[in-house]
Amino acid sequence: MTALLLLAGLPTAAAGAYLLMSGSTGASLDAIGGRELAVQLTYLVSSVLFILGLRSLTKTDQARRGMQMAALGMVFAIVGTLLNQEILTYSWIVAGLVIGTVLGYPLGKFVPMTAMPQRIAFSHMFGALAATLVGVGEYYHGIQAPDATGLDRFKMAAIGFEVLFGALTVTGSFMAFGKLQEFITGKPITYPGQNVSNIALFAAAFGAFVWLIFNPEQTVVFYVMLAVGFAIGILMVLPIGGADMPVVVSLLNSYAGLAASATGFAINNDVLIIAGALDGASGFILSIVMSKAMNRSFGNVLFGAFGSAPTASAKTSEGLVAKSISAEDAAVQLAYASKVVFVPGYGMAVAQAQHQVRELAELIEKNGGEVKYAIHPVAGRMPGHMNVLLAEANVPYDKMYDMEDINDQFSEVDVAVVIGANDVVNPAAKNDESSPIFGMPILNVYEARSIIVLKRGMNPGFAGIENELFFDEKTNMLFGDAKSSLTKLVSEVKSL
Amino acid sequence: MTATQIIQLYVFILAGFVGFLVITRVPHLLHTPLMAATNAISGISLVGSIVLAGGQYGKVATILGFIAVVCAMTNVVGGFIITDRMLGMFKRADSTPTDTTGAGGSA
Repeated sequence: MTALLLLAGLPTAAAGAYLLMSGSTGASLDAIGGRELAVQLTYLVSSVLFILGLRSLTKTDQARRGMQMAALGMVFAIVGTLLNQEILTYSWIVAGLVIGTVLGYPLGKFVPMTAMPQRIAFSHMFGALAATLVGVGEYYHGIQAPDATGLDRFKMAAIGFEVLFGALTVTGSFMAFGKLQEFITGKPITYPGQNVSNIALFAAAFGAFVWLIFNPEQTVVFYVMLAVGFAIGILMVLPIGGADMPVVVSLLNSYAGLAASATGFAINNDVLIIAGALDGASGFILSIVMSKAMNRSFGNVLFGAFGSAPTASAKTSEGLVAKSISAEDAAVQLAYASKVVFVPGYGMAVAQAQHQVRELAELIEKNGGEVKYAIHPVAGRMPGHMNVLLAEANVPYDKMYDMEDINDQFSEVDVAVVIGANDVVNPAAKNDESSPIFGMPILNVYEARSIIVLKRGMNPGFAGIENELFFDEKTNMLFGDAKSSLTKLVSEVKSL
Repeated sequence: MTATQIIQLYVFILAGFVGFLVITRVPHLLHTPLMAATNAISGISLVGSIVLAGGQYGKVATILGFIAVVCAMTNVVGGFIITDRMLGMFKRADSTPTDTTGAGGSA
């Protein structure tokens, strides 16, 4: 802060130069006043803190501190904004900040880690709604301005973009939230002509957007565009299955960022542009990572309705018998193994079995075995979901391995324990060209010396495909709820 | 377009590049905290919301701004708390002093 105050006293020439570089207010090149300068410098500081905060996430041991800096950056941004000369009354602002804090605190403090995907989807809705409302407010304000300069084409384009992306993110996130929380069916909802009607809606929204840039005074068009935006969000997510939600949530993350950036363009605010661009890039990268890990294109996830019609695979389970194993025998196998790898999947999250996994791992380690965790990029319902659950159960993060880091070690593994994972360990992705998941990168669990699969029953995985791993002669199935199976294993190993 | 608007585009594109370069290096391990963090940062709409709620732009704008402040602040507070909570859980094994395999640092 001292540095800030010092800088605020610099000669006006410097202020003018800063304005020229940051281009924050109006087109005037005149020096800006001390107060405005303070505001702009605060924004600059918070932008830098955001970037440093995100950068800290590349180093796990610095991440927490870094994100605290980013939070400080947000405080700077808020304080800077409160200094804004356009603000005349503070009562509504303070009330809003207080209510937001009261609502936000439990959402941060008490939501369980297993519910993280829907929690993130839910709060995208809030962020996007804020951006949308600001867009509507700006438009409403601009249209009422007596002079026609209220909404030039650039500003109208920014507002249009903001409102359109904001609106579809609001409803899209709500749908994703519903599907993850399972009050909306996780199955893809399809109907004839779906893609055609969706594309028509996109075209209508785009048409309205372009129309408004040239005719901003057409308020009806504006509100129609808003409504279409909301509709697109719903209809876009309807045909996408629950297991594809990681891609959707990442993509909506990106949209929420872009909407914030557009807000920045509309109200001449650089910190909004920068923070929004960072978010936009992040969400975009994550959705690409997810799509790649599923071996599918973006377009296929969004328009493919993958799960609706499981393509008949050439291989069926007919004539094959899966061997089941008792908890006692499995415990013996694990207790005397020297290398064990756990492969968690969504089933572990559903059963909330992460603590039992860690307990079992500790027992194996006590017997002299080495334990690692192999995590597929799309295991779970959001990127990195399994890592967070295991970390919550006090599994040290240096024992969690990414797919590419552990895949060539499986041949030396004595026992691989698959917990509620299916498609991500299905060898059909490698050797069965007719399989719908052919080409998807998988964990090479089939190379392990022996395999124990914890599974509820013999239902095929999300993709509706039989998993030949389960019929491999090295594989033993331990049927039952993951949590109770693991609890049994723990007590069996203890009693050995 | 004005000169300011051109510069804004520069800011946007360059920030996007920075974001791209930084975020491609975040390991899979921390992708969930990354999402929570960007979610919290997207609460930056708060800045726009505050101006709308506090400026004298008429009743409708004030009310829209007020709701927007509530939404964005919820995101900011909840988002940063949950990110911190998650990152606090990631711990190394006490017995392994050095990370030789790069489990944590692989891109």
